[in-house]
Amino acid sequence: MQPWLSALLGGVLIGVSATLLLWLNGRIAGISGIVHALTRRSPVGDWAWRLAFVVGLMVAGGIAMHVVGQSALSPASGVALIAAGLLVGYGTALGGGCTSGHGVCGLGRLSKRSLVGTLVFIATAMATVFVVRHVIGGGA
Amino acid sequence: MRVLAALFAGALFGIGLVVSRMSDPNVVTGFLDVAGDFDSSLLFVMLGAVGTTVVLFRLVLKRERPVLDADFHLPTAKAIDAPLLLGAGLFGIGWGLSGYCPGPVLVGAAAGVQTALWFVPAMLAGGVLQRVLTPRP
Repeated sequence: MQPWLSALLGGVLIGVSATLLLWLNGRIAGISGIVHALTRRSPVGDWAWRLAFVVGLMVAGGIAMHVVGQSALSPASGVALIAAGLLVGYGTALGGGCTSGHGVCGLGRLSKRSLVGTLVFIATAMATVFVVRHVIGGGA
Repeated sequence: MRVLAALFAGALFGIGLVVSRMSDPNVVTGFLDVAGDFDSSLLFVMLGAVGTTVVLFRLVLKRERPVLDADFHLPTAKAIDAPLLLGAGLFGIGWGLSGYCPGPVLVGAAAGVQTALWFVPAMLAGGVLQRVLTPRP
């Protein structure tokens, strides 16, 4: 399949998943929000659906990754990887969302807050890649 | 039922991440590398995902309530404030450094990918740290 076509198709699947969660459970499919809430004390019912969502995502995604033989190895390693993890965790908790929460669901609800959040994280991510690859890394 | 619905939605989300190749950090950093070998894939992922939610969320939110719950649980924050800008900015730096955001890295960790297995505990710790450092109102 053409890369752009599988990207579009995968995107539609993500959109349908977010729609199902909203239609059935009335919940926003924001992965960072769901994951952070799992590390917090909450009523059992709230905890259970979040855990189920994460388990479904990990099991089905992990199997799919093996089936298509996709690599998910990050170009970062060591300290940079840990720092990146801390930044993603801290930043999504502070900013109230990630690519799915602000990007897919927030934009779907036409939220201005999410539009601004999405533009900001895409901008700082592009700036970071520019610095890492073209300023420090010499185009690697 | 709510648990089953979430399990199914999560599975669909995970498959969507792999089909779209957003679960491959090199595709992500390829999109973010505007000055280098720009890979437009992520644009199509967003187009497919947001195109779907923009149309279908409208229909869903016309309902009084979701199918399996008494109310919709929608975010109430509307302000474009410092925490949003700072949080999104920091998240973007981590995303650019690693090519991982929360959904894809969980898929990578489930597939046993070493870098994802290092990243996930740090990400969870970052969320806990933010909560601990935030003064309670």
